[in-house]
Amino acid sequence: MGRLSEMMKLRNIAISGAAAALALGAFASPVMAQRDPAYAAARSAGQIGEKMDGYIGIVGAENADLRRLVNDINIKRRAVYAEQAQQNNVTLEEYAFSAGCQLIMKTVPGEKYQAPGGAWETRTSAPPQRDSRCP
Amino acid sequence: MIVRKSTKPSGNAKASAMQNGHAIGTRWARAGMAGLIAAGLAGCINVAAPDKPIVIELNINIRQEVIYRLAEDAAATIEENADIF
Repeated sequence: MGRLSEMMKLRNIAISGAAAALALGAFASPVMAQRDPAYAAARSAGQIGEKMDGYIGIVGAENADLRRLVNDINIKRRAVYAEQAQQNNVTLEEYAFSAGCQLIMKTVPGEKYQAPGGAWETRTSAPPQRDSRCP
Repeated sequence: MIVRKSTKPSGNAKASAMQNGHAIGTRWARAGMAGLIAAGLAGCINVAAPDKPIVIELNINIRQEVIYRLAEDAAATIEENADIF
C-alpha cells in the first residue's frame, strides 16, 4: 500500500512538471518575439516609418528618445541583414532592400512608410506604393 | 636621323597644299573669323541652376534578380526576429 501511494505521488509530480514545461514553452516564445512597447507605440503613432532601404526612420519632429529608439532597432536590423547577406552571398544593401520591400508590405493601416519618391505615406487598406524592383 | 628623314616629306606636302589653296584658304579664314566674332557677340551661354532639388539615386547597385531570389529568405528572417521588425 505504501509503495503504491509513493508511485502515485511520483507520477503526479511528473505530470505537473510536464504541464509546467509546456506552459512555459508556450508562454516564453511569443514574449521573445514581441516588439518593445516604446517601439510599438512609436510605430502606431506614426512617429516612426518603414523606409525603402530596410531600416526605420523618424517621420516628424526628432527628439533624443526617438533617435535612440530608431538607432537601436536599425543597428540590430543591420546585424541581422549582414549575417543573412553573407549566408546568401549578396550585398548588405541588397538584403536590406529586399527586407524593406516586405516590411513596407507588412505595415498595417495607420503606420507610416516611405514611398518610391521618398515621401512618407500613411498605410491604408490599399496596397502600399513600392519600388518597381520589389517582387 | 631616321626621324628627320621621315618628317621632311610630310612637311613639304603640307606646305605645297597650303600654297595651292592659298587664295581660297584666306577667304575661308576671313569668313570663319567674322563668324566667330558674330557668334561671340550674339551667343551668350546661360547656365542656370535647376529649381528642383537634385535627387541622388542611392539604390543603383541593387540587382533586381537578387531581390526576387531573396524574398523567401527575407520573409523568414523577419518572422524569426519579430522583435526588431
